[in-house]
Amino acid sequence: MTVIAELKKVTKAYGNKKVVDDINLQIHEGEILALIGPNGSGKTTILKILAFLENPTSGKVKFQGENVNFKNTEKERIQSTLVFQRTTLFGTSVYNNVAYGLKMRKVPKAIIKMEVKKALELVKLEGFEKRTARKLSGGEQQRVAIARALVLKTKLLLLDEPTANLDPKNAGILEEVIDKVNRKNKVTIVMATHNMFQAKTLPHRIALMDEGNITEVGTLIEVFGKLSKNLARFATVDNTFTGTATATSAGTSIVDIGNGVQVEVTAQRQGEASIFVNPQDIILSKCAIESSARNVFKGKITEITDLDSLVKLKVDVGKSFTVQITKRSFLEMGLNLNAEVCITFKASNAQVF
Amino acid sequence: MADVLGGIIEAFELIVSGNPEIYGIVSRSLLFSGTAVILAILWGTPLAMLIALKEFRGKSIIKTFFNSLMGIPTVVLGLILFLIFSRGGPAGFLGIIYTPAVIIIGQAILVTPISISIGVSAIEAVDPEIMNLSKTLGASEAQAQIAVLKEAISGVILSDVASFNRAIAELGVVLLVGGGIGGGGNRTDVLTTAISRYIQMNELGFAVALGIFLVAIIFAVNMIVFMARKAPATVEFVRRSYPKIKRLIRERRR
Repeated sequence: MTVIAELKKVTKAYGNKKVVDDINLQIHEGEILALIGPNGSGKTTILKILAFLENPTSGKVKFQGENVNFKNTEKERIQSTLVFQRTTLFGTSVYNNVAYGLKMRKVPKAIIKMEVKKALELVKLEGFEKRTARKLSGGEQQRVAIARALVLKTKLLLLDEPTANLDPKNAGILEEVIDKVNRKNKVTIVMATHNMFQAKTLPHRIALMDEGNITEVGTLIEVFGKLSKNLARFATVDNTFTGTATATSAGTSIVDIGNGVQVEVTAQRQGEASIFVNPQDIILSKCAIESSARNVFKGKITEITDLDSLVKLKVDVGKSFTVQITKRSFLEMGLNLNAEVCITFKASNAQVF
Repeated sequence: MADVLGGIIEAFELIVSGNPEIYGIVSRSLLFSGTAVILAILWGTPLAMLIALKEFRGKSIIKTFFNSLMGIPTVVLGLILFLIFSRGGPAGFLGIIYTPAVIIIGQAILVTPISISIGVSAIEAVDPEIMNLSKTLGASEAQAQIAVLKEAISGVILSDVASFNRAIAELGVVLLVGGGIGGGGNRTDVLTTAISRYIQMNELGFAVALGIFLVAIIFAVNMIVFMARKAPATVEFVRRSYPKIKRLIRERRR
């Protein structure tokens, strides 16, 4: 398998603080590699090094078989592009945003027009050319940012939490696009995520990151198939918990994740197990609701984060669960910090590793 | 009171009749101040970019220095320039005292701190990721800087307008190095010096006519810039409204 990019003993420090510490990583041509880790684990720094926007403090970076000289990376930057986590757009039209990189490459106008149209179709924004980019919704803006990167057809596409702040509809469109460009155009993709669900569906390989180190790299089966010691440290990743599973006679299992919180899952497991619950799969209510869902917990709201059309809440039920709801629901329910709420999710929504 | 009223009436007569002396002074003022602002843009904008985009020791001191210079009294600057360019001064050999050249240089120096200070604020207000975004899309360092400047263009234009307003309305520099006290004659007569001279000569009509022009120019420049900034939004509004208007007309006809 051809290696398109390679990091050898790469360290990046800001002052005395090492954000990436002596890491080795190979990126294979045509693959989707996911960097998974909590905030501050060094994912974005690795992506910026691979985009040649940051130079490593020490270590070597190879790109397409050649050592990269970070004093001048213009040549390499043409072949690698990064989509930032926080959508950044030029204050102009959608067309000018998507066309920017092609103009920098001195592509003829007629071809730019055609390519921009194709890229916008791919992200389902056809006819948006003349719209002011910054006046679009958050999800549409992120789709423009993706189209702007895709239109360049670079060897390496780097995505920093591409769907982190998006509603399920926009996130779905982007996941479809990422999958499509990888399969059809054979674009090599490296994406940072802390969405375990996304990490289980999109990439071919995953690299677990923690405190500036890559603690484990492998295929999905290799990493998720066995209970990784490192996975247990991923409690900081939204809704990932480790505990002890006990199989029940009903064919399900109960995973005790500590502090008196027991989660029922559909998989039959015995012994140590890690579980993940997608924040979008959790129903938030003011009081316990009667339903077929097996997991109902009462707790308090400890954190509220506004994400454009969505709101992310942390609910402490003994363990801290992240719940994602629409802003409309949030406002209608009149929620605030320390409010007592119930969270509900089905046993089948709790994924077991 | 009758004198004042007579002066105002005479002023309008002079404007309407196209008095060559009045229009000569107006065009000279526009030429001097316009050239001075262009010079200030040429050296002020790159300096503003450098200060805003680079991290270096003493950056905040330099920013404070230019901020303070924005308020420098024009008479003080005029005096400094007079001492430099007068025959006995270090640049006296150039022989440009009481010429349009020294007025343009003086006004350019006067407005440079405005161009730099407001320019730096505008550039610093741009999303810092724009630079990295341009680079990751394939831009060179220089192209990325141009992208940042484009994002800051409204603020940069605002600094240029403020510079022009300050240049055309200042009196100290033109008075001291342009000949107001030494005799540059008509070659260096601009709106502000001419207003002051006509009042001393009790030619109220001329003074009022020039005053009207001075205010009108400042208003006109600001209006043009305001309209130019709003133009894309207006075009977008008309473009979006057009189908609705068309539909309404069609419905009315029915």
